[in-house]
Amino acid sequence: MTLVRPYGDTTGDGMVQVSFTLPLPHSKTSEGAALQLAQKMGMEPALVAHAKPMGPEFTFFVVYGRVSHLVDVGAVRVVERDYPLLTPKEANLAIRKALRRRLVVVGGCIGTDAHTVGIDAILNVKGWAGEKGLEYYRELKVVNLGAQVSVPELVESARAEKADAVLVSQVVTQRDAHLHNTREMAAAFREAFPPRRRPLLVVGGPRFDEAGAEALGVDRVFGRGTTPGEVASYLVARVVARHTPTRPTTQTPSTEASR
Amino acid sequence: MTTTRQAVPTRPRLPLDRATVRRARSLARKAGRPIVRLAQDHTTVSVERATLRMSGLGGADADGIPWSNRLLDAVRGDVGLEHGVCLPAYDALVRGEAADLAELAQKAAVGSVRFRLPEDRDRTRAASRARKEVGAGLRRIDARRRERERLITRHGDAPSTPWIYLIVATGDIHEDIPQAQAAARAGADVIAVIRSTGQSLLDYVPEGATREGYAGTYATQENFRLMRAALDESSRELGRYVRLTNYASGLCMPEIATLAGLERLDMMLNDSMYGILFRDINPLRTFIDQRFSRQVHARAGIIINTGEDNYLTTADAVDAAHTVTVSQLLNEYFAKEAGLEDWQLGLGHAFEIDPDLPDSFRLELAHALLARELFPDAPLKWMPPTRHMTGDIFRGYLLDAFFNLAGALTGQGILLVGMMTEAVVTPWLSDRDLALQNVRYVLNAAGRLGEDLHPAPDGFIAERARTVLDEAVDLLTAITDREQHPGGLLDAIADGTFGLMRRPADKGRGLDGVVRKAEGYLNPATTLLEEGR
Repeated sequence: MTLVRPYGDTTGDGMVQVSFTLPLPHSKTSEGAALQLAQKMGMEPALVAHAKPMGPEFTFFVVYGRVSHLVDVGAVRVVERDYPLLTPKEANLAIRKALRRRLVVVGGCIGTDAHTVGIDAILNVKGWAGEKGLEYYRELKVVNLGAQVSVPELVESARAEKADAVLVSQVVTQRDAHLHNTREMAAAFREAFPPRRRPLLVVGGPRFDEAGAEALGVDRVFGRGTTPGEVASYLVARVVARHTPTRPTTQTPSTEASR
Repeated sequence: MTTTRQAVPTRPRLPLDRATVRRARSLARKAGRPIVRLAQDHTTVSVERATLRMSGLGGADADGIPWSNRLLDAVRGDVGLEHGVCLPAYDALVRGEAADLAELAQKAAVGSVRFRLPEDRDRTRAASRARKEVGAGLRRIDARRRERERLITRHGDAPSTPWIYLIVATGDIHEDIPQAQAAARAGADVIAVIRSTGQSLLDYVPEGATREGYAGTYATQENFRLMRAALDESSRELGRYVRLTNYASGLCMPEIATLAGLERLDMMLNDSMYGILFRDINPLRTFIDQRFSRQVHARAGIIINTGEDNYLTTADAVDAAHTVTVSQLLNEYFAKEAGLEDWQLGLGHAFEIDPDLPDSFRLELAHALLARELFPDAPLKWMPPTRHMTGDIFRGYLLDAFFNLAGALTGQGILLVGMMTEAVVTPWLSDRDLALQNVRYVLNAAGRLGEDLHPAPDGFIAERARTVLDEAVDLLTAITDREQHPGGLLDAIADGTFGLMRRPADKGRGLDGVVRKAEGYLNPATTLLEEGR
């Protein structure tokens, strides 16, 4: 068992520093309030190193103090993402190495959904959350079909573009439209492509349950707050795995089967 | 009028070869002129809707589709847009189909009115009524401009340059207002309300006060009005006029520019190529919409901010430095052609060089001084680091201080305040306060240091500035070279010259809204805007 404490300048001193704002005018009372908060956070003794009024109604504090908590490193449990997060540069390199061509992504909003916010945030160079969209990746070829794409059109484009992956975003959820549309799309792709040729199917939208991929017949569901980098990393991981040649003698399980 | 202009600050001089500067400008003109001709020969659905809005047509139907869209679609369905929306629409009014455009739009939406192209005397009557009503709208925009000048005289202008520019973006206009007022109280000279993600791709302007947006607040006429009124209140309270900024970009650029003029917004983001490159909007649509929106901004006394900082978020800030210069020169040409004056050109650039690169600050100074020297009378818009903000807020705070210092040293006109929590959270109250302390300290300590700084004529900074300018001239030469790019700038955009994006002229969103003008096309707005110059 490894136990550690925060390190200021001496092993085991437990020193931490925090800053926060309280919705109180600056006064002796508000400094006392800051100390009380620090103590409740486990800082004992705590020292208000800095207090500054920000307008008439708020005060900003910097507090130093010693925490009594111990961290048991052995008890740390981390949920591992099942694909590594790549920078655009790493993603491009991985595609170049494994595919020796650009990875083709076809995207759009299916059904009557005209809300392209989600798909555009992921695909447009502009991106969002400080990350560039998939168009920014040199080794990704992005075909954004936009709003109100019919399922047959989507299948046709995926075929014409030889898509490696199909991205669909659904915002409208009236009468579970997003779920019906997704199932319809998944069925159409299963019908139109042999299993090993079928592009990776990815749906996203604010109301989707990320655990529902299997029930919907798609490969992956992304929920609210997904960034372009996560989507790109996922695509690279799966598509590259598919194209990594498996020699007949090796016993590695088919990546298809594991999906 | 002089009150709305920035005093030109004392700044270091950079020895640039005058002949090269002239050559750069003449190449930009050569690249831009065919685009202007193209814009003159076409109209778009948004230009026509902007004209309807100028005539006072507002509001939306029960589904939230604006009446200007409804009316325009009906006219287009009956007679096309080749002659403009005004002739068929005002002809219907002259015929007594409805009392005004609002009623006409409602009737058109249910199909109870048919449009035609009036001829002879009918045409004259329709044209004269259109000119009268559009003219009244332009006079409202003129009145708003005079009102701004009056308020600046009454309250006083921003106390010094650079103007301090802060962003609010909650998605809810009623939350934005107290935040904007707090930011003004804390020292902001300019408040920008970021738009909801994806508004640029809507082919209509949403209506009314909005409380739900994605990472920003919808630009609507009512939101503009509410925020301007709130900042007028703050201006009174603070004894200085606080400016308001929004975004005239995307598919509705001309309409949003018009609404900005009608509601006395003071600055608008308005780049000539941003929508094409970063939003995949059709190039023709963008350039046509661009020209009209800039004519409106010119008339309304609005300062435009261009978006060159965006190039540096995708391309390397050193390798692509010259693409910023090229874009600034093109933006300047298109802006002046549309009637904007130097004091209205907030040409953009950014502090985005990798801080781990040796001499990165000297390179930043060289680039910033180059822009300053090339556009001596423009209030340049200086954008803070984003790419190299890692989440280490302490390092970020230091980087922002150097950004502020570069801005102060090189006489930038508009300083967008950098947040140390960039890439971590949307700014907290304390982030904004700390950021403003940073700006104040640097401006107070070194705001006039530029007076003492004279880059050695053959030194690193001057040399770098000359190199970037030469590369910009080379790129402009390639763009205008008939062998490489038979279609000029449009071909250059198509083959990925800017921001690494390939954007062919026949692709992208909004092309179906572009219409070639027929003989006899009439739009009193463009006529009056061009006459007024």
